[in-house]
Amino acid sequence: MSIWEYANPRKFMALSGAVLPWVSAAAAIVLVGGLIWGFFFTPDDFRQGSTVKIIYLHVPAAIMATSVWFMMLVTSLIWLIRRHHVSALAAKAAAPVGMVFTLIGLFTGAVWGQPMWGSWWEWDPRLTAFLILFLFYLGYIALWEAVENPDAAADLTSVLCLVGTVFAVISRYAILFWNQGLHQGASLSMDAEENVADVFAYPLWTSIGGFFLLFLALVLYRTRTEIRARRLQALVQRERMA
Amino acid sequence: MKGLLLRDLRLAFRAGGGFGLGLAFFLIVTVLMPFGIGPETATLARIAPGILWIGALLACLLSLDRIFALDWEDGSLDLLATAPLPLEAVAAVKALAHWITTGLPLVALSPVLAVLLNLPAEGFPWLIASLTLGTPALSAIGSFGAALTVGLRRGGLLMSLLVLPLYVPTLIFGAEAVRRGADGLDAATPLALLAGVTLATLAAMPFAAAAALRVNLR
Amino acid sequence: MTLVVDALSCARGGVPILTGVGFALAPGEGLVLRGPNGSGKTTLLRALAGLTPPVAGRIDAPEDAIAYAGHADGLKAQLSVAENLTFWAGVFGGRDISAAVEGFDLAGLLDRRAGNLSAGQKRRLSLARLLVTGRPIWCLDEPTVSLDTQNVARFGAAVRGHLDAGGIAVIATHIDLGLEDVQSLDITPFIARTERQSADPFLSGGAL
Repeated sequence: MSIWEYANPRKFMALSGAVLPWVSAAAAIVLVGGLIWGFFFTPDDFRQGSTVKIIYLHVPAAIMATSVWFMMLVTSLIWLIRRHHVSALAAKAAAPVGMVFTLIGLFTGAVWGQPMWGSWWEWDPRLTAFLILFLFYLGYIALWEAVENPDAAADLTSVLCLVGTVFAVISRYAILFWNQGLHQGASLSMDAEENVADVFAYPLWTSIGGFFLLFLALVLYRTRTEIRARRLQALVQRERMA
Repeated sequence: MKGLLLRDLRLAFRAGGGFGLGLAFFLIVTVLMPFGIGPETATLARIAPGILWIGALLACLLSLDRIFALDWEDGSLDLLATAPLPLEAVAAVKALAHWITTGLPLVALSPVLAVLLNLPAEGFPWLIASLTLGTPALSAIGSFGAALTVGLRRGGLLMSLLVLPLYVPTLIFGAEAVRRGADGLDAATPLALLAGVTLATLAAMPFAAAAALRVNLR
Repeated sequence: MTLVVDALSCARGGVPILTGVGFALAPGEGLVLRGPNGSGKTTLLRALAGLTPPVAGRIDAPEDAIAYAGHADGLKAQLSVAENLTFWAGVFGGRDISAAVEGFDLAGLLDRRAGNLSAGQKRRLSLARLLVTGRPIWCLDEPTVSLDTQNVARFGAAVRGHLDAGGIAVIATHIDLGLEDVQSLDITPFIARTERQSADPFLSGGAL
């Protein structure tokens, strides 16, 4: 019994169907819990006041935005190398979720930036990098939509994902070169020096966990839908040819 | 390979080949800019590097779909794929032909347009150097975008959506080099980074483009 | 040099089209593929040419031996006949084009643009293009489209000449080319039906 067994649509449907209710419930509890904890049971920041509370949306969304792209990269590679259809469909299912996370990150960044920096939008390197990431998501989704043959679409989007990843990384450094920026340092890192205080960090980690579980539930849900859509398409095609 | 390059050049220069369209587009975009921005020469001089780079980039984008679409339509691409020539070489040669017919003329025209925009004299060498180094990357990345969308009806708009984000590093380093040069600063660093991006692109893109072509030819 | 196809299955767009196709051709032998529209003749020819990877089975032919000619002929209207031929000869290894020019009676047209040729002349040019590839196995997809009876006869003679010179030809066509002693293969029995179910991972078993 290897892990690749779950790449079979039937096995995947059985497993995902079994865990989905639990993942969804866990996502709801952790996310709501983390956000309520962060919003109502933490002190205001001595400089930023209550504005700082947007961190519980902003940071998890930003972390997930890049992580989702990375997950798409891994599933694309699995599709290219091992030709597991579920893997390609999982990448397809994850892209719109990742795009919405990017959008949340950008939007909360703008809302946070307005009182802090005095403007809704600054061409700050990190914000700019996320804007570029948003464009990559947009192109990736558009390519999936445009190619009719599902296998060709999976191949082309996988190649685009690989190339896009390299260019996204180069763009990140190019943008740093272009503008040094106003963004505050990392809120969470192993290097504790510039970290936020523990009182903010615990609810923040909880929110990140909630966002991750939410993503997991959404991707499982969407992948199941994609698998059913593919089956439907195959059935229709068979009827037409018979 | 030489035969393919010569054929592509010949086709571009013959009637209906579309040579010069990108050049004319570059000219018009640059001429329109002052109408939108205002005639103050100081303002124009300050934003000239950006206008010229974006103009060149858009002019390049305009002709990208010709790289593979015409050969796709008349079956040449099928035949090239069955030829002894590797598809990677076909993609590389076609990107080169695109650069010679589009990128190189843009480089040649850019100093004239820079005069229209009052680019400071110090910026001219950097403008030519950065466009010479950067436009090959535009053609190579573009060949990948063209290969991805070659089989699609109305693929042109989608291709712009796919290719333009990939142009970000080239645009940043290229325009930065000119901007620093125009300010009398040392622009060697962005130029070196631009050259790095271009070299990496030239090395990798033919493989990505060939992979996309193979999928589309299946 | 032979072309052996054994238990070949091919798909188009992920959908199995043909399955279990098999035939063997020795030098000098031709094969006419028959079957209704949409039965998979083009898919089979593209698989033979190496453009579409086969799903199963094998195609045994010497490397770089197959020349493919599809519906589109790969000729550039803006280039002259000579330029078109020289280009394809160069791509396929720099062969001399004079034999092909003579064989298809193109000498008078060499400087003419391909766009100004009549349909019959264009066909002759695309056959000359096959000849300059120097490849012994021809895979032709509906080569007689837009030809009148006289030119069909001329085309048949050209294929005959190729076979007599030790070549192999696989031709998908609806009409009689006037070629005697070539084999004929109706691909209708090979059309994939039941396999469609098992090959697609999304079709196996009951509802999901």
